[in-house]
Amino acid sequence: MSELKQELKEKIIEQLNLEDVAIEEIKDTDPLFGEGLGLDSIDALELIVMLDKDYGIKLADPKEGKKIFESVETMAGYIAEHRSR
Amino acid sequence: MNKNNHIKSYCHINEGIVSLNGKAVYENISPDFASFIKSAYHHFETDYSKFFKMDNLSKLAFMAAEVLLQEKSSPEQERNMAIVLSNRASSLDTDRKYQESIADENNFYPSPAVFVYTLPNICIGEISIRHKLHSENSFFIFDAFNADYIKEYSDSLLDTEKADEVLCGWVDFDEGRYEAFLYIVSHQGSHLHTKEEITRLYLT
Repeated sequence: MSELKQELKEKIIEQLNLEDVAIEEIKDTDPLFGEGLGLDSIDALELIVMLDKDYGIKLADPKEGKKIFESVETMAGYIAEHRSR
Repeated sequence: MNKNNHIKSYCHINEGIVSLNGKAVYENISPDFASFIKSAYHHFETDYSKFFKMDNLSKLAFMAAEVLLQEKSSPEQERNMAIVLSNRASSLDTDRKYQESIADENNFYPSPAVFVYTLPNICIGEISIRHKLHSENSFFIFDAFNADYIKEYSDSLLDTEKADEVLCGWVDFDEGRYEAFLYIVSHQGSHLHTKEEITRLYLT
């Protein structure tokens, strides 16, 4: 699981172009939206695409994303349970 | 000719050089635009993390505006500045990137973050958000910089009191080539707002 969390942090920084954020700065339980990393609605859509492309997970209901994308920890938990890649 | 309107200041960005009012203020002959504009971002101590999410056209327009609009408005005083920009390639650079992401039906993962930049006037939005401008704006496509058209349009906005100032000019990005020429037109300034003077400054 810790490898997956590290992988997710790298992907989030790279795919969301967070040039001024270092991996060490993202704590597992930091909120990704709002006060935490400050991601926006377009970032949320990018994360949905990332789940599909990299882990074979299609979110049937985009509203599910709110819980899944709370933090790196919640993302990793969901991916570990539902991934097909 | 409207003699009341003047060019207050102007900025060029091309071939690794950023100049303000005809004087180079930053040079970095990087082999590619990404390296150049990132180094310019740091040189001008720009603190705006959303910059890195922008496409090339928006980064170019944003940086030219950043150099020109160094004097920030106070939070209480809204700046009534219209924006009128133009170019030749529209958003073609980003359009191509988006097309690549949907070209293979077996690898069909269109990027929302790329898609939102598949219109040229998005760069106006980025400038407006940064400088809290809620004013008139337009983006035109021409074969080449059309000083006359932009002049007439800007004069009209000022003369009808739709805006107190107009940020206008040319911002073009295509296949790695880039050029920005932005200038501010207002009722005060050191250059007459004429087609001839705009053209002369553009070619400087």
